[in-house]
Amino acid sequence: MAAEIAIQARGLSRRFGNLLAVDNVDLTVGRAQVYGFLGPNGSGKSTTIRMLCGLLSPSAGAIEVLGLQVPQQAEQLKRRIGYMTQKFSLYEDLSVQENLEFLAAVHDLPRARARTRIAGLLQRYWLTERRNQLAGTLSGGQKQRLALAGAVLHEPELLFLDEPTSAVDPQSRREFWDSLFQLADAGTTILVSTHYMDEAERCHRLAILDQGRLVADGAPRELCAALPYAVWLVDCAAPRRAQQALQDQPGIVALAQIGAELRVLAAREGWDAASLQHRLGDCGIAATVRRGEANLEDVFVAATQKPVRPAATGAAA
Amino acid sequence: MSLRRLFSIVLKELRQLRRDRLTFAMIVGIPTMQLLLFGFAINLDIRHLDAAVLDQANTARSRELVAELAASQVITLRYQLSAPQQLDDLMREGRAGVGIVIPADFDNRLERGDRPPLQLVVDGSDQVVQQAARQLAAYPLARLRDPAAAVPAGVEIVNFYNPERRAPVNTVPGLVGVILTMTMVMFTAMALVRERERGNLEMLIATPVSPWELTVGKVLPFTLIGLVQVSLVLVLGQLIFAVPIRGSLLEIYAAALLFILASLSLGVFLSTLARSQFQAMQLAFFTFLPQILLSGFMFPYAGMPRAAQWLAEILPMTHFLRLIRGIALRGANLADLWQEMAALAAFSVVVLGIAVTRVSKRLD
Repeated sequence: MAAEIAIQARGLSRRFGNLLAVDNVDLTVGRAQVYGFLGPNGSGKSTTIRMLCGLLSPSAGAIEVLGLQVPQQAEQLKRRIGYMTQKFSLYEDLSVQENLEFLAAVHDLPRARARTRIAGLLQRYWLTERRNQLAGTLSGGQKQRLALAGAVLHEPELLFLDEPTSAVDPQSRREFWDSLFQLADAGTTILVSTHYMDEAERCHRLAILDQGRLVADGAPRELCAALPYAVWLVDCAAPRRAQQALQDQPGIVALAQIGAELRVLAAREGWDAASLQHRLGDCGIAATVRRGEANLEDVFVAATQKPVRPAATGAAA
Repeated sequence: MSLRRLFSIVLKELRQLRRDRLTFAMIVGIPTMQLLLFGFAINLDIRHLDAAVLDQANTARSRELVAELAASQVITLRYQLSAPQQLDDLMREGRAGVGIVIPADFDNRLERGDRPPLQLVVDGSDQVVQQAARQLAAYPLARLRDPAAAVPAGVEIVNFYNPERRAPVNTVPGLVGVILTMTMVMFTAMALVRERERGNLEMLIATPVSPWELTVGKVLPFTLIGLVQVSLVLVLGQLIFAVPIRGSLLEIYAAALLFILASLSLGVFLSTLARSQFQAMQLAFFTFLPQILLSGFMFPYAGMPRAAQWLAEILPMTHFLRLIRGIALRGANLADLWQEMAALAAFSVVVLGIAVTRVSKRLD
């Protein structure tokens, strides 16, 4: 198994002054996986990625990426990874072609190889017609495809993507993820951060970060299965009143109105369809309650409320 | 260091520069504008000061003296006075900057030579006027004692204000230094900080680029620009102000190249201190002022207090001014001025060395 591990981090922490941005994070990422970082803004996703690339030195902890010690061997690592920053970081005043030529030279790609590689990438990411356009004038989706082309130009074994789809429309997001799976199929390991649930759901494995701490990790389906709460769907005429009635009840973890329904996340012990219906009846609300399927959003809500470590994770790590 | 990577950075920089019209305009605009401003406006040759004459002697000699002083064009005779009180009034009201008082016994004093034969009353509130008075005071009065020995008056005065005293001849070579200091330091500091400000640096440091490649690659194009600016100032100086170049042109370029290197090093260093392009510009100006004031461009080095002279010795522009004035005006060569070259080289090595260790490949 050891040879199949791309990233291994133990006790990773990073402090900025008084702020503990990343707090004792353990990570294991297998090769050729699409590994997701899910978390709200400021949860430490970018900081963790920067430490894993060797751009930031950790305050504590040990990192091994592709068998290299980081940050000590970061320079060797930089030849083998691609990094796509959260903000578009290619040159806006260079054309698409010029940007890629520059990156090819920076990565020491032989000239002939660079030429065919650039032509191939322009083709694959639908940028051939745009190749003489200045990067600054591209649309959000085009910029992001260019950034991806730039990050994979030298065929890295490992690709770090920091919120690659935050400024992109839904159609482009879907296409972008298709390209990521193409790369993963070809053997590239991908670590991608996001705050979109639908994107997180597509990852092979997932780590949920909250306030710098790793609060859950595992395959999306495992995480859902391991959720120690039950999901109930309450169908009633006045979902807002039902929400108020259940708000501060012990064992109720989260409430969310979805359309005409109220989605309830409740402890497995203490609550069932009958007791929920009873409680609502006491408040004068007639409701039907049925069991719902746990999804990643529930996992995320539960995990960011208080740290949960599903048993499945312990076994995998 | 990989030459291919270095070249790709230079190429990228030149491409960006070509599209950055403002910088492009500044490369040509700053030297041209400054040359014209300094050449025409900062003219330390004083001419046509308003003067009043109180000639109490009113002899042939005294009238001759007044006429010759007037012919020097330093003063323009506006008032012929009859009483000392009038002079006081004119000076106080600022209508006359210089008063020439010729005592009644002027001829006697001139013959005996024991007391000053005439008095110059000067408006001390204006430094420029004081300086002009010093020129007047140097007027060879002794010649008036023996008219036979005198060369015709007109010729004498033209010699006194010999063409070498024209200000542009002094300022234009120095201006090469001012312009290079201003543009080179600012352009490099800003160019490097821009990379960080726009987020490009985060992408770059995740690649195998080394700090040396990045720094040298960004700085090289500016060396070229600096040399273009030197040529521009020298050509315009020659065409507009007839500034001579007495020494070797090649040596001027060699000195300029070393000075450009020193200025670029300073720019790189400043870029490691600044967080934004705006800060970089502020820092550039912060170093620009002492260079202009202490280098001897504005004020003579010899007149500065000892501490200021020590500070001036650290500044690259001080050494460059000595080099370019020496070569362009006195026809000196680099071998005569090797110490200045050594000082510039030492400055570059030290400052660039410090700067590159600060161009870290980390974000923290």
